[in-house]
Amino acid sequence: MAVDSSYKRVSHQPAGTVQLMVEGQMIEAIAGESVAAAVLQTGIRQTRTTPVSEAGRAPYCMMGVCFECLMEIDGVPNTQACMTEVREGMVVNIQRGSRSVSGESV
Amino acid sequence: MSESLRVNRDSSEVAVIGGGLVGLAVALGIQQQGQQVTVYDEGDIAFRASRGNFGLVWVQGKGDNMPAYARLSRRSSHLWGEMAQQLEQHTGIDIQLQQRGGVFVCLTETELEQRIQMLNGMAANHPEGYPFEVLDRQQLKELMPDIGPTIPGATWGPEDGHVNPLYLLRALVQRFEALGGKLVNAGPITKIKPENGQFVLQSASGRYSCNKLVLAAGLGNKALAPMVGMDAHVFPNRGQVLIAERVKHFLDYPTGHVRQTAEGTVQCGDSKEDVGFDSGTSTDVLAQIANRAITMYPLLKDVRLIRSWGALRIMTPDGNPIYQQSEQYPGAYLVTCHSGVTLAAAHAGPIADWIATGQADPELELEKFDGRRFEL
Repeated sequence: MAVDSSYKRVSHQPAGTVQLMVEGQMIEAIAGESVAAAVLQTGIRQTRTTPVSEAGRAPYCMMGVCFECLMEIDGVPNTQACMTEVREGMVVNIQRGSRSVSGESV
Repeated sequence: MSESLRVNRDSSEVAVIGGGLVGLAVALGIQQQGQQVTVYDEGDIAFRASRGNFGLVWVQGKGDNMPAYARLSRRSSHLWGEMAQQLEQHTGIDIQLQQRGGVFVCLTETELEQRIQMLNGMAANHPEGYPFEVLDRQQLKELMPDIGPTIPGATWGPEDGHVNPLYLLRALVQRFEALGGKLVNAGPITKIKPENGQFVLQSASGRYSCNKLVLAAGLGNKALAPMVGMDAHVFPNRGQVLIAERVKHFLDYPTGHVRQTAEGTVQCGDSKEDVGFDSGTSTDVLAQIANRAITMYPLLKDVRLIRSWGALRIMTPDGNPIYQQSEQYPGAYLVTCHSGVTLAAAHAGPIADWIATGQADPELELEKFDGRRFEL
């Protein structure tokens, strides 16, 4: 996955790493960081498209306020990536447009 | 009207107190008749039912205790398409009107039976016919494939629909101002003084005079009406609304409790509470609204809720509107209702014509809407 991200990690005490799948590719993230931080590190510029105009969006506030970072995380749509901590084996995908509701088991 | 009156910002031919959907629809209709109208809006401290409502253009069941109101609702529904088209054409704002019919989903057989009985009663009161259909479970499922497994049926109103009420308000303001109407954030009008055939309005920000006055201040009409010789029997009835995140389109028709907007937002509501002037929310009522929505559409179970609010309906003892000209001070009019969205087209049309010309279309049966019916 691309690594030309303008997003830079500040120096930190290594706390171990976890592997997660982002858009079908395994990436390595630092334990304890958010999904948004891990995804930005990969160079992905667009983490969702909007429901109405389908314009691209990316994490913005990184603190749970702006809802720009919504992604599909472990099958749950519209999840705030900046408020979700990375976990080993997590599956993360771009949220494309509106979430679906039809056909879900109830 | 004299030129000096026209240029004076504190005077107008017609003053409308209340800058919500009711006031602006009436004001736009009068302005379109060529009369200079000024709308005096209370400001952001107002209760603003226009900003909290559900957005239905709804006919079925309205006026079950007053055939004239049922007819007015239908008339407004018929006028709505033309009004929406005009507003969109002149303002460029898509107010998202959809009038393909609406569904009232009943949760139990008993609820369905009572509803059918009520609508049959209305049909009996309307020799011209009253359009509705009963949908059994299978017919409902054809209209709404995602309807819940416990739902016994629904009623269908072919003249029902919905609109984006916030875009509607914005479009009304824009069109009204483009035609030369004035909108003044005056703060609350605290005093109205009839003076030499005119009316002088007093607020903290100034004094304004007019030849003709329309009270469209919602719950504020209660205090204002006696100043011009009328009584407004209005009281607040709270409705709470739940807003869910935008989801892929699943609902083709609005219902009385749940609708999906053009952008995909799911709006749930229709609670009714007598809690005075408290426009807040409460967890128990929001839970009931959510439960009903999930029973109707189980697929909503995992959908996130993102907002909720309360708003105050402007209710009268029989639930029907008041349209009345003051006998003591002719030229002062009272206009109040709880269905400012549905009735917007009637207000901008025949009701505004009545106020502008002094001649009421007899088919409106305006005498039935006189507020003195509550004093008998």
